[in-house]
Amino acid sequence: MAVPEETKEPNPVLPESSAATSANVAPAAASETRPEAKPAESVPAAAAPATGDKPAVAATTPAVAAAEAKPAAAPAAKPATPAAKPAPKPEAPKPEPWESEPVRRLKAQYGSGIKEASIYVGQKYLVVNSSIVYEILVRMNQDYLFDYCVDITAVHYPKREAQFDIVYILYSFKNNERVRIKTQIKDGETLRSACAIWPTANWLEREVFDMFGISFTGHPELKRILLPEDWKGHPLRKDYAILQQDGDWVKANLGIESGQ
Amino acid sequence: MTDFETDYRHAKPGQSGPGVVDYLDLDTKDQTFLDANELVLNMGPQHPSTHGVLRVILKLDGEKVLGTECVIGYLHRGVEKIAENRTYTMFNPYVDRMDYVAAVSNGLGYCEAVEKLINAEVPVRAQYIRVILTELCRIASHQVWLGTHALDIGALTPLFYCFRDREEILRIFEKYCGARLTTHAFRIGGCIYEAYDGFEQDCKKFCDAFLPKLDEYEELLTTNRIWVRRTKGVGILKPEDCIALGVTGPVLRAAGVKWDLRKAQPYEAYKNFDFDIPTGLNGDTYDRYLVRIAEMRQSVRIIRQAVDGLPSGPIMAKVPKVLKPPVGEVYHSIEAPKGELGYFIVSDGSTQPYRVRVRPPSFVNLQALDKMVRGLLVADVVAVIGTLDIVLGEVDR
Repeated sequence: MAVPEETKEPNPVLPESSAATSANVAPAAASETRPEAKPAESVPAAAAPATGDKPAVAATTPAVAAAEAKPAAAPAAKPATPAAKPAPKPEAPKPEPWESEPVRRLKAQYGSGIKEASIYVGQKYLVVNSSIVYEILVRMNQDYLFDYCVDITAVHYPKREAQFDIVYILYSFKNNERVRIKTQIKDGETLRSACAIWPTANWLEREVFDMFGISFTGHPELKRILLPEDWKGHPLRKDYAILQQDGDWVKANLGIESGQ
Repeated sequence: MTDFETDYRHAKPGQSGPGVVDYLDLDTKDQTFLDANELVLNMGPQHPSTHGVLRVILKLDGEKVLGTECVIGYLHRGVEKIAENRTYTMFNPYVDRMDYVAAVSNGLGYCEAVEKLINAEVPVRAQYIRVILTELCRIASHQVWLGTHALDIGALTPLFYCFRDREEILRIFEKYCGARLTTHAFRIGGCIYEAYDGFEQDCKKFCDAFLPKLDEYEELLTTNRIWVRRTKGVGILKPEDCIALGVTGPVLRAAGVKWDLRKAQPYEAYKNFDFDIPTGLNGDTYDRYLVRIAEMRQSVRIIRQAVDGLPSGPIMAKVPKVLKPPVGEVYHSIEAPKGELGYFIVSDGSTQPYRVRVRPPSFVNLQALDKMVRGLLVADVVAVIGTLDIVLGEVDR
């Protein structure tokens, strides 16, 4: 999540700059699991007062008990939502800096090309410059064994200068680890295709092209995948209205005035 | 890697001899038989064996497949666009319409992703109910797969057997939440419905009755000579190809990769249950059949444990009526019957998601079709589409 760039967005809630969050680092949060205490331990205690009661009705008592029974071992754990009494609004979780050997090495090599390395709700992500994203992906694949490209997708922020976030979700079978690589590009800019690294990127990039109109250079056959090939417009852009359609295409190919 | 605990005989890669199937060498250049001309044949979208509206353009030499191209999108409804115009709660029923034979799994993945975003902790009772229903749904999904897959290959009876037994699961769904297919069983923060009176007994009764029926399916197919001939050595996908192509689920496990998100990154209450990950050896259609059959047995195991250990307590976490998750992004994935089903949700702090991306297992798995059918016959294409277990509603979204 690139905090500074998103400030142009009409977001009602905005996180503070990531520098303020460094005090909040929890070493336990490095894993993919949620930082809170798992409910399994607290249940017998929570369930005890509810014997014989209809569980749905007895919601208040066990929930309080569960909140109290929670071990204080996780200081970074947010005030859990099932608190029965009207608790103050829980503080929004903030991204915490992700510090590890690979990140240090990548930062040493690419310097400011690595814009951000953070963990948000236990999920690691890197924000990198679009010029080095391909290199980073290759490094991730070869040096850090991220052999499985889970997903490639994009997010459109029309009010930002670099309009698109491209998100690569990677997984390593060897280390059972997930990471997201994010980069930002302007409208009309292209990225190098990741098909040479992971063949699965083929269809995923085609879908990004189809839905957002982002081109990938070096892609074996970059064409639309879900929409008809001669369709105009890219529906997942924010300026594409929900009822909008390519009226000419619909008339020419379906012989009807409108699909609605 | 390979701990397939059955006494079925498997061919090992590189072995030869009677009844042993070799890997197809997909890297050698295809040679056109007798220099005949290539034939381009259109299969689908209205074809019974494409399981919906999948169109495959086949490049053929006689009956041998030289290459394929999938044309998809006939069922595209713009689910991800709809999500941006609905609130988090309103979008929940829509996800059931993607993989409509495993609607419960879709809902589970979405609810969990949003729960991660709002940092809600689901009560344990709700987690157990979710696990029971999701595993029932996995069995139902595999039953649809087995019935239609066997029908494609020419065995008519399994279809009737599977749909007859699936009815029992749908009846449980109907009693639980009133719907049979697109259930909308879960809500963000837990379950909306308490388990009805007799829910546990119904589940137990189903488990007891289902295992002998599973044996019945196996009696019909596992050693059936025609079935074995049609599936063994067909559509082989090696483990390295699976990983490169991002293929997950039973297809990956049949290639010998012991990977299941329920074990690798446990969600809900799955870490409390004892179950195995069945894997195959050859990565062919027959192994995928065996893996899915074995998975149904494991699902029964999980359901029994969950029903026995079903705790009492609340079923809904305290979540606000109007959901406004904090600004942030979350990716969460679950092991759906077809593979890794992921949701990538971006929140801008408002009541509507800024972006919801669905990582559909069927879509990614379908990409492997070309690799799997090259060098096979047209009839095998039907078998391979069946064995991939795709649902076009999820491919196209």
